[in-house]
Amino acid sequence: MMAAEVPLAKVLERFGGKVELDETATDMPCLFVPPDDLVELCLFLRDDAELQFNFLSDICGLDFHPETPRFMLVYHLVSIPNHWRLRLKCRLFDPPAAPTITPVWTTANWHEREAYDMYGITFDGHPDLRRLYMWDEFDGFPMRRDFPLRGYKDNYNPLGATRRDVGGGA
Amino acid sequence: MGVLTNRFQDSVFFTTSDNIINWSRKSSLWPQTFGIACCAIEMISAGCSRYDLDRFGVVFRPSPRQSDVMIVAGTVTRKMAPIVRRLYDQMAEPRYVIAMGTCAISGGVYNTYAVVQGVDCIIPVDIHVAGCPPRPEALLHGFLQLQDKITGTRVLRAEEPETLPSPEGA
Repeated sequence: MMAAEVPLAKVLERFGGKVELDETATDMPCLFVPPDDLVELCLFLRDDAELQFNFLSDICGLDFHPETPRFMLVYHLVSIPNHWRLRLKCRLFDPPAAPTITPVWTTANWHEREAYDMYGITFDGHPDLRRLYMWDEFDGFPMRRDFPLRGYKDNYNPLGATRRDVGGGA
Repeated sequence: MGVLTNRFQDSVFFTTSDNIINWSRKSSLWPQTFGIACCAIEMISAGCSRYDLDRFGVVFRPSPRQSDVMIVAGTVTRKMAPIVRRLYDQMAEPRYVIAMGTCAISGGVYNTYAVVQGVDCIIPVDIHVAGCPPRPEALLHGFLQLQDKITGTRVLRAEEPETLPSPEGA
């Protein structure tokens, strides 16, 4: 019902071919966008007088290891004046890198730091790309699928995996 | 009391130095006002009027310099571990540690990369209070156990000397 309301046709037309509609999404409209067109698409969605997606709800990372492309970023947008929601999906290869959208929505700053912290996704142009949750010296990206669930073994964590047991992750 | 009756002034009584020192220590166990997770709620509850830790001389102090007991009430994350250690180091001796709840004892259900697997890894623990979270009664029991433990310690002659000084002056 809500999907019918969002005028996605003009978005798809504006980005002719580069942005695709995800037909499988049922809860809200969903678009696939390559990382190169991400910032332009976000600016368009925010500034278009009809769309007005003025709120970035969250950014999620995903790891599809061992598939290729391995990573994905998921952006959830809300148009507060129109009561619309929209999801953007952005596939990333390994090593993952995406442009920052902090200039578009300021709140993306910490969301992108979280994605960097957990998945090691770098955001080009980010003003302050540091870890958000883990301490600075932490080795590895814990939400990656090849990171051991119990972490690596050390004095604080005698139950963790030894580095030889696991391949990558760090 | 026949022999001793009326032989001494008022307010004179006999004890050993260890006894009176231990008695004063165990009667004023002042914990830090310091909670990390949900166990702290039970700790607060134990300190309030319903369970009333004050009747054991247990009064929460806001500074590690003034406190004798550290109640590690909750999950100790790796990021929190240096702070817990520093708070312990700032306490004056004699100092005691109560590990309250499963997380502080062993990491509990958080067998992950981000949680210290038992606060024993960073500081020595005197009393373990089991539970998830322990009820306030359990924490009271922990304090009573700690008092029992203090009662048995020797202060002035902590080490047993090679030869005991004899009344004859050797």
